[in-house]
Amino acid sequence: MSETSAWVIFIAAIFTNNILLTNFLGMCSFIACSGQIRTSLGLGTAVTFVLTMTTMLNYAIYHFVLVPYGLGHLQFIVFIAVIAAFVQLVEMFVERFSPKLYFALGIFLPLITVNCAILGASLFMIIREYSFLQSVGFGLGAGIGWAVAIVMLAGLRQKMRYSNIPEPFQGVPIAMVVTGVLAMAFMGFAGMVSIQ
Amino acid sequence: MADNKQLACMTCVPKGLCQGKGLVTLKEGAWANNPLAIQMLGICSALAVTNRLENSLVMGAALIFVCVGSNLIVSLLRKYTPHRIRMIAEVAIIATFVILFDQFLKAFYWDMSKQLGPYVGLIITNCIVMGRAEAFALQNPPMLSIVDGLANGIGYAVVLAIIGFFRELLGSGEIFGRTVLSADWYTPNQIMILAPGAFFALGIVIGIFNAIKGPEPEEKK
Repeated sequence: MSETSAWVIFIAAIFTNNILLTNFLGMCSFIACSGQIRTSLGLGTAVTFVLTMTTMLNYAIYHFVLVPYGLGHLQFIVFIAVIAAFVQLVEMFVERFSPKLYFALGIFLPLITVNCAILGASLFMIIREYSFLQSVGFGLGAGIGWAVAIVMLAGLRQKMRYSNIPEPFQGVPIAMVVTGVLAMAFMGFAGMVSIQ
Repeated sequence: MADNKQLACMTCVPKGLCQGKGLVTLKEGAWANNPLAIQMLGICSALAVTNRLENSLVMGAALIFVCVGSNLIVSLLRKYTPHRIRMIAEVAIIATFVILFDQFLKAFYWDMSKQLGPYVGLIITNCIVMGRAEAFALQNPPMLSIVDGLANGIGYAVVLAIIGFFRELLGSGEIFGRTVLSADWYTPNQIMILAPGAFFALGIVIGIFNAIKGPEPEEKK
């Protein structure tokens, strides 16, 4: 595992091991915020940024603080605290230095704390025993993969508004089924590169 | 609508909580406001762990445990928690219960723990637990909060079990690892085990829930 280059992990995290379409992480905001391409693009960008940064932070904290002191079992609570604190920090920072960006991203930032893709990526990183560089590649790839998937679904849902869907399936159920088809399409990438 | 009353009573009679608000709470959580199928909360784990029935049941049990535990503690502490830090307090309480369950799995069911991977930890970000703590346990006494946690946990676990059952049955022709649909005449449909099958299964289950419930409770769209 540990010999895979960071670049391969990056590509694999986007296509073959898309964090949303194969690991189902970040579904809540995926379903809730995929109404419009614009909104989903904003959310996708914010997730990519936070995901990359928190993966790096959590890597450092896990390997330099938790493991040496034998506190590995506290990883959940530490990771979630790091993510929440980081999001808060970014929010304050963006608000102070770039009000324009704040209005564009502002509402998405608090949502990110409860996005399981962020915590999930950190946990995968620990379970798969990535090195630091691999973690960076994985974090970045996973974020971009998530953004790609949500933008694609948003585009599909915009088109679907004009189609004739059976009543019980309107809204979320049909979105799930369409996501299934999307996931099937992404399975076509399988074998291109592979990570466990 | 007759069958949902039956469902509520079936789940609450053995607990002896049928008087007063207990029944209403149970019914709300387990059926009328089913966290997964109606409110669309906690979808991530519902998709990820349902490739086998066994995994689904363990995950359901984990959620019931965490939901009841965190609801109880949040409710007990509700008068002493300053309003401004309640979120972080809730997260800390939930994380504590998740860690307990995770350590329990690691100690006694190592294989299961390996299979569920990061998804046990992801219960922390499962919106159901957080949502119940925030929306219910903060305003209600401990006993009622336990019932509410139990009801929501059961509602979640039941949907998870349904999805897990069909995915394992159609995907590998097995239930609990035993062959049910013989390979002579049934070709296992691999797609049900893989990711797309999860999306299809959940979409169809939600659609069926909607169809049974009828269009009337449709709030603002």
